[in-house]
Amino acid sequence: MEERQTFWDKMQEKGYTRRDFLKFCAWIGAASGLQASSIGSLVHAMETKPRPPVLWFHFQECTCCSESFVRSSHPIVADVVLDHISLDYTETLQAAAGHQAEEARRHTMEKYKGQYLMLVEGSIPTAANGVYCCIGGHTALDIVKEAAAGAAAIVAWGNCAYAGCVQGAKPNPTQATPIRDIIKGKPIVNVPGCPPIPEVMAGTIVHYLAFGRLPQLDSQGRPKAFYSRRVHDTCYRRPNYDAGLFVETFDDENARKGYCLYKVGCRGPVTYNACAVTKWNEATSFPIQSGHGCIGCSEAGNWDNAPLYEHLPGVLGYTSETDADTVGMVAAGITTAALGVHALTANARKRKQIRKQIEESPGGK
Amino acid sequence: MEQKGPSRVTFYVWQLPVRLFHWINALCIVLLIITGYLIGNPVALQNSQEAHMGHWFGTVRLIHFAAAYVFLFAWIYRIIYAFMGNQYARWTNYLPLSQKQWDEFKDVIAIDIFMMVEERKIHSPGHNSVACLSYLFLGLASVFQIASGFGLLAPMSEWWIADLFTWIVPMMDGDTNVRFWHHLMMWFFVIFTMVHVYIVAFHDYVEARGTTSSMIGGWKFVEEKDLQK
Ligand code: SF4
Repeated sequence: MEERQTFWDKMQEKGYTRRDFLKFCAWIGAASGLQASSIGSLVHAMETKPRPPVLWFHFQECTCCSESFVRSSHPIVADVVLDHISLDYTETLQAAAGHQAEEARRHTMEKYKGQYLMLVEGSIPTAANGVYCCIGGHTALDIVKEAAAGAAAIVAWGNCAYAGCVQGAKPNPTQATPIRDIIKGKPIVNVPGCPPIPEVMAGTIVHYLAFGRLPQLDSQGRPKAFYSRRVHDTCYRRPNYDAGLFVETFDDENARKGYCLYKVGCRGPVTYNACAVTKWNEATSFPIQSGHGCIGCSEAGNWDNAPLYEHLPGVLGYTSETDADTVGMVAAGITTAALGVHALTANARKRKQIRKQIEESPGGK
Repeated sequence: MEQKGPSRVTFYVWQLPVRLFHWINALCIVLLIITGYLIGNPVALQNSQEAHMGHWFGTVRLIHFAAAYVFLFAWIYRIIYAFMGNQYARWTNYLPLSQKQWDEFKDVIAIDIFMMVEERKIHSPGHNSVACLSYLFLGLASVFQIASGFGLLAPMSEWWIADLFTWIVPMMDGDTNVRFWHHLMMWFFVIFTMVHVYIVAFHDYVEARGTTSSMIGGWKFVEEKDLQK
């Protein structure tokens, strides 16, 4: 295999100018929340550091993470970052197939043991020894364990690798398991979302490729730069929420006015993501901007928290629309009935006692 | 002609800090229930105002958060006082660890709940042990509400107090679950309040010991003959 190039080498090869390169560095630095003063070190790293090899694995997933990534609003991401990545291994985009592809993967894993970055898209089925997902005759479980052993760090793309997503929803027949529950003792960065925002993916990976370490993570292993705030806390409809102006149904006057979508099931208040800041499709829009509440796709268990058009999940999950308040009101009703019965019985059973007290008291009779 | 009733012994049961805690706590709980319910189910106020002209929902939330802080501090204060107050305020009352408490428990259930026994025994002019157990549950539910509520507030709070509770979110697998249980637990407080108020009225009505007013003045009055038992 050839000497590993730097980003700048690769960009020159592709015909990008120095100006394009600097613009790209400034853009990706800003998108990932770097201080303006560290753009210099980003540029320096991209010029001088040979890019570490990258392996991109696909397991139980729908490839929406890859699709999202190649649609990053900056062409250089797809052109250089991804093209560079695909040199090593990625089922969706690589030219090689079958034995050749497996050969390329083995080669990278052996030659760059302890150095390569492992990207995982999809969850790992563990039921029945992992037979529900096999690639090249090996189960996803075996592949992931083997590859993780030699990886420098792991990036878990999407809700699948973070929390199991759709296939991990109840009753989860294949025991779809997130990476963080299988691999311990390796640095793992979770980039949840279904799919994650392309700029978030690019920002995370460029940070690692340039600086050789993971960005700052929160308690759930997500990059703080993108996941430290709720959609709700950055939402442009928030003033409507605070003013108590809510859409009641999707076809009412309030919906037309762009009021808050809380009462039609927006999960923005419980979802950590950068949608309201970075937005999607070259910052054109995001779900709430197009009039639909957030469905919480970057949160663990979002598919089990039905019904989708209520902001709080039902008590018995998706099989029932009974909400917490119904349960509470029934319990309060039963309590009222019990207290009523008690009051009536008390008057009957304690009559003698009360009467005696009244008689004994001065002026009682 | 003056007529004399049965002679009563007067006990100073609830000290001022206990009474103060009771009413602050009661006020907080009522405010938290009302505002909490509204946050979960905002009423539809139809008006044509622009968003910047109104802030009522934000105000409801503000009251909820402010009451939550008072609620937290009131509990801290009460827990400290559980080590300082008189015998009726002591923490030992609230942990049903002794056989004596469980004996009393059985008596109270028989006398007050199922009303099977006519005769009244008095174990203490303070809380009976069933009441104490209900306050233990109230305390535990309050701890959960405080932890879950502040855990949810933490990302938008500048103060370290809320940050003390961030652990609950990963423990319960995300904001959605925390929020759901926080909301469901509100109903515990609704039901607790109903039962609590009813039972106080019941005791006052049946026993004539001044149970209700004791939380204002601190005094309870027990007939001498009841004490002997
Ligand atoms: S639309 Fe959703 S995220 Fe935006 S303010 Fe309303 S509830 Fe919050």
